Amino acid sequence: MILLDSGRVIDPANGIDGTRTVLIDGDHIREVREQPAMPAEKLVHQVIDCRGRWVLPGLVDLHVHLREPGEEGKETIATGARAAAAGGVTTLVAMPNTKPVCDSAALARFVAARGREAGFARVLPAGAITRGSLGEQLADMAELKEAGCVCVTDDGRPVMSAGVMRRALEYAGDLGIPVMVHAEDLTLSAGAAMNEGPIATRLGLSGVPAAAEVAMVQRDLLLAEMTGAHLHVAHVSAQGSVRAIRDAKARGVHVTAEAAPHHFTLTEEAVAGGLPRAHAGQPAADPYDTNAKMNPPLRAESDRQAVVAALEEGIIDAIATDHAPHGALDKQVEFVQAANGIIGLETSLALTLALVRSGELSLPRALERCTVGAARCFGLPYGTLGAGAIADVIVVDSEREWKVDPLRSWSKSRNTPFTGWTLRGKVVKTFVAGKLVHEESK
Amino acid sequence: MGSEMALEFPRHLLELETLTRGQIEGLLSLAARFKRERAKARAGETPADRRGLLRGKSVVTLFFENSTRTRSSFEVAAKTLGADVLSFQKDVSSVAKGESLEDTVRNLDAIGADALVVRHPAAGAPRLVARVVRASVINAGDGAHEHPTQGLLDALSLRERWGTLEGKTVAIVGDIAHSRVARSNIHCLSKLGAQIRVGGPTTLIPAGIERLGCTVARSLREALTGADAVMALRIQNERIADARLPGARDYARTWGLNAQTLTMLPKEALVLHPGPVNRGVELSSDVLDSPRSLVMDQVDSGVAVRMAALALCLRAEVPK
Repeated sequence: MILLDSGRVIDPANGIDGTRTVLIDGDHIREVREQPAMPAEKLVHQVIDCRGRWVLPGLVDLHVHLREPGEEGKETIATGARAAAAGGVTTLVAMPNTKPVCDSAALARFVAARGREAGFARVLPAGAITRGSLGEQLADMAELKEAGCVCVTDDGRPVMSAGVMRRALEYAGDLGIPVMVHAEDLTLSAGAAMNEGPIATRLGLSGVPAAAEVAMVQRDLLLAEMTGAHLHVAHVSAQGSVRAIRDAKARGVHVTAEAAPHHFTLTEEAVAGGLPRAHAGQPAADPYDTNAKMNPPLRAESDRQAVVAALEEGIIDAIATDHAPHGALDKQVEFVQAANGIIGLETSLALTLALVRSGELSLPRALERCTVGAARCFGLPYGTLGAGAIADVIVVDSEREWKVDPLRSWSKSRNTPFTGWTLRGKVVKTFVAGKLVHEESK
Repeated sequence: MGSEMALEFPRHLLELETLTRGQIEGLLSLAARFKRERAKARAGETPADRRGLLRGKSVVTLFFENSTRTRSSFEVAAKTLGADVLSFQKDVSSVAKGESLEDTVRNLDAIGADALVVRHPAAGAPRLVARVVRASVINAGDGAHEHPTQGLLDALSLRERWGTLEGKTVAIVGDIAHSRVARSNIHCLSKLGAQIRVGGPTTLIPAGIERLGCTVARSLREALTGADAVMALRIQNERIADARLPGARDYARTWGLNAQTLTMLPKEALVLHPGPVNRGVELSSDVLDSPRSLVMDQVDSGVAVRMAALALCLRAEVPK
């Protein structure tokens, strides 16, 4: 057994926040108790002194791009999972927009198997909604589910046809598998490189209005309501989407939602080299920094605040990184041509804690959204330290300051807008199913 | 003025937004001198020979978009100052297939360019270039972002007519959304003390433009009433394809500048256009060719402003 002795255990799933000792027995949690490790236990078990540290359930990240198969130069399942372990993410959902798209059981099994081989984090595949994610014909969802897919999604692009989306929700509803949507009306976003507004106008970049997201969220909520299926809204970035999801939840629509750290940390100002108020002392990037380019784009401050409030309120259930590795060929180019997205697995927890420090989000809510709140979205049994649960546990030095250095990232890619930022809170140990997969040197 | 002013001028001319009024005025004064010298030469007099200013320097014009006026203007400016000029016209579509912008400009830099004059369809591209080369970078127009020398040449032409821009009102009418000329003019003219109004159909007014320091006029009458000058912007056919406009004629009905609509403008007010003009769409021929039109003077100012920009960015010692 491993005893994580006398740390501050915060386990939102079980309403615990206090000094506890966590007993890991093989691959599961034996118990979480108030009594510290006893001298006799120290003789027979591995006792890890966690005084002054936080002990948390491993993080659950519903939205990760691992790029394998097809773009192994950007990331592999092994390197992505390694970065996940370093960031305290013990369970991740691998997006299917690989090359080829994960729309068959063979590919889903490949992803899961590679994840198991790597062993750094639990890699759960997501399957496509439509064949090739082309938005036309349904993918083999029953087969995908059997192969271990925990949701279906055409992430990276929307299902533009409302008719196809309706059938997808019905079919997935029968199977009891959530449909994750990347909400974007492509006819409103065509040619756009960032959020529409004064910053885009000043920089001369074509903008996408928030309505491109909100209109699709509204459409999909209506279809989810009509079909009774489970809709999961990925990377919510707009105030209007929050409002729509709040209304839908109130009338009983089966919907869950996630938000990404970059959307609750940064605003569109980042594209012009500006810093958010809460991070005024951090090093600023140049204007047109392509690491500020994502889809959905960084939005206005009012949108950011709405997303944070929704996290607190529970309108948004999960914090998910949308970890999107890209190389220099895709990022060191003109802004309009640059690929969307940033890496995020190693900075997610510290950025979440920054929201807690700025007083915008309470600690229990913050941690719930990264752990059990996320797990519940897809009915996963993780993100909890309950007795008998799988022992995914992280030990965190909540006060440790560290500088984001993409050259030291475990990811193969370096595309982060947080380069040089000093963040507080670092994962020092990560256990997946009782096995130590990451340990931070001093 | 020479050296001390040169010291404070940036090495790259990427945008007017971040220049100070002093930097702009310094450049305009130098450009005014060059312009007078050009006029002398045209009149058959022998002006000061400026070929020593950039002797031994090479200026590379790198255009990823078609342009006749701006490129030849830069080339004449560079040659008048004695620089060696090399010009590259790159087809962006072929670039997209192969070499990245960064690699292209690193190569030109290695060949030994002292200044790179860059026009590119992507906003921010000159900044990307400036980050990777040793040469001075002069933005000759980047997407819908800025066209600094255009803003400066418009300011020069207006300043020569008016003495000062302080207290003047300039209306910019047309496709503001896609116009780098509008943005550079808003920054430049407002720093020099002018009030700027922009006008056009809502489909061509970008969100939040007033934050750049201008007001938005909802009609041509509102734009022109009491204005001291109006600048018409080119209306492009692409705007029909992307459903921003039903057509050129329909546009001209509400926003076209012609002899009749110009009665809304005070009699002494000036008319500008960055060119090339769609005669009969944003500007009618009779207006374009009228004495109130500054269009040909703008072209003349263009060469002078580009001489001044090259001289300042390349730290030429301009004698008094």
